[in-house]
Amino acid sequence: MSESQVEPYRVSPASVLPRTAEPGNLPAGEGGRVTLADGSVPAVSIRELKKSYVLKSETVHALRGVSFDIPEGDYVAIMGPSGSGKSTLLNMLGCLDKPTSGNFFLGHDDVASMDDDSLAEIRSRRIGFVFQSYNLIQQYTVVENIQVPLYYQGKLGPAEKQRAIDLATSVGLAERLDHRPMQLSGGQQQRVAIARSLMNDPYFILADEATGNLDSVTTEEILNLFDSLNNEGRTIIMVTHEDEVAARAKRIVRLADGLLSSDRTNSEESRAEARIRQHEHVLALAQRKL
Amino acid sequence: MLWMRTWKLGVKSLLLHPLRSGLTMLGILIGVWAVIVLTAISQGASDVVQKQIESLGANTIIVRSIKPPPEKMSGRAALYGLKRSDLELIVANVPTVDSALPIREIRRQFTYGDNQVDGRLVGCTPDYAEINRLRVANGRFLADADDIGADNVCVLAAQVALRLFPYEEPLGKRVYVPESTHYYRVVGVLEHRNASAAIGGSLDSQDYSGDVYIPIRTLRRRIGDTVVIRRSGQFETEIMELNQITLQVTGVDQVRTTAAMVESLIMPRHAALQDVAVVVPLELLEQARNLRMMFLGIGVLIACISLVVGGIGIMNIMLASVTERTREIGIRRALGAKRKDIVQQFLVETIVLSFAGAFLGILLGFLGPPMYHGLLYAVKTASPQKFESLPEAIRQAEPSIVLATIPLAVGIAVAVGLVSGLYPAVRAAKMNPIDALRHE
Repeated sequence: MSESQVEPYRVSPASVLPRTAEPGNLPAGEGGRVTLADGSVPAVSIRELKKSYVLKSETVHALRGVSFDIPEGDYVAIMGPSGSGKSTLLNMLGCLDKPTSGNFFLGHDDVASMDDDSLAEIRSRRIGFVFQSYNLIQQYTVVENIQVPLYYQGKLGPAEKQRAIDLATSVGLAERLDHRPMQLSGGQQQRVAIARSLMNDPYFILADEATGNLDSVTTEEILNLFDSLNNEGRTIIMVTHEDEVAARAKRIVRLADGLLSSDRTNSEESRAEARIRQHEHVLALAQRKL
Repeated sequence: MLWMRTWKLGVKSLLLHPLRSGLTMLGILIGVWAVIVLTAISQGASDVVQKQIESLGANTIIVRSIKPPPEKMSGRAALYGLKRSDLELIVANVPTVDSALPIREIRRQFTYGDNQVDGRLVGCTPDYAEINRLRVANGRFLADADDIGADNVCVLAAQVALRLFPYEEPLGKRVYVPESTHYYRVVGVLEHRNASAAIGGSLDSQDYSGDVYIPIRTLRRRIGDTVVIRRSGQFETEIMELNQITLQVTGVDQVRTTAAMVESLIMPRHAALQDVAVVVPLELLEQARNLRMMFLGIGVLIACISLVVGGIGIMNIMLASVTERTREIGIRRALGAKRKDIVQQFLVETIVLSFAGAFLGILLGFLGPPMYHGLLYAVKTASPQKFESLPEAIRQAEPSIVLATIPLAVGIAVAVGLVSGLYPAVRAAKMNPIDALRHE
């Protein structure tokens, strides 16, 4: 894989759906309760988010009051050892689970109190998922997999299909539109998953250990792809346990024992260094193979 | 548009496992096939029975002599059955009787040269041929003049003619009856006629193939009413005037009242021995209709059992499929599928399965009649005796598909698909997306 292939990863602005395509059937929000210092509404803001489970008559407090904001265009890595509440937070952010208490504003709406159907609607319209194990539907082709998020919005026209093809092309899969996941490498499958996460023009991309199953070379490709998406203005939340991966993000949020333990910003210099370090590692690997 | 896509999707995921889907369909397929074929065969079989009964005539009443039980016969001469006076009584007193045919049958041996054949010597009147739908192949049937003159003439059934005259023209030849040392001149040969069915014990099956017909007056004059039957080491004497009187009634709607009249007229005269029975084919016809409904009912019941089994099969496979596709369900839920979308997806698959099964079942159902004939042919070639021992209603049945069973079968199949698909679908939808995604 050479650098020349980084170029086609860019998503053309024409393929980005306008935000005005917002549905009217969501529960009305409370009107931008959270605003940032610059007056803008953050893509995500959580306040005092708590989650506890009852396991064998014992209550486990997985999240004990976490608050932070993620402005639009941010690139956040969420880190933390196992048991820190990282997965629980991920499930909350993905609207796959409801918090016990607290608020979760996604745009103008507090999704913390929504019912199951509304959460499905939110997932379908505002969140782009990228999973560690790709999670593509095996019987579908690349294009069909990319279309799935819009399928549940009832949008299946030729325009949507064209958009799926454009997205597949933009992640470098123009030659493999009719392939099925079984016929693709791990990196290619993850690129399909990224294209799929962009299909509904989400408020943010939620990546769960997106490079966990990939080798160094492919990891670099995928991280470069995330970089270029972020450069276009996409908000990315990435859950990872690898420092090398987290070093590529703009900001690292650490959890410990269900609480926020640190929230720091990576400088542009350190991000560039991480990028170079990773590339050198890949080059060294390539040389060793020779 | 969305529905189209959902259906396409269902078909697609079923085609992913063609063997499994095919096997799942099998239950419904067999059920639908069974509904169609079983009803078709029972329809065909009951058609045969009905035709046979109709051939007895819907507007006829049969009054028969029946042999009384031995304890009632003790101390008497073996004198029983219908009398000629019964016939006169009926003709004189029942106005709705169009014509009355006396019949006397005796088992006899017939010879011509070295050829011999056992059969029935039937004394009857010229109307006998018409009422029993006997057709003349050669020569003529008995005429009034034969009866008036009590001539020694006879008409042979097809098989009798074939056995006695394998290489000769029977017309004009004389058939010898050794037991009564008489000759009868052959005036006609009949076409082959299939035996009529025995019906419910009240009427024996009528096998016309060994019959020799002579005028009843001739029979009375030459043989009389006393018949000696020789059995091994003993003689049995039987005195009977008439075996049967067939009454033609003026209209079908008068059959019942006429039968009642005849019964009230005849029965008191035979109350002691109970040696006479009145058989009304019309009633048998109705019995046969009931029988046919029972046939159909049993067929449909069997088919329904098969459909239920098919439904259980579908439920089983769909439950397995839900478990197997837990991950896919999780992905779809994460990407925005609501619970009802998941329910819909799995229900569509079961409906597609049961519809496809029903469709193939109908197609195979139409192959049912030729398959039935093929089966009969196989039995016939493999073991002719067994074939002959099958009831006639089965041997001669022409299965005819009852069109009403097709929508019935499809309806039941789809209902079964829905019911058996609902539980797995709801189970799939109830799954927590987080757990579903984590499922390996």
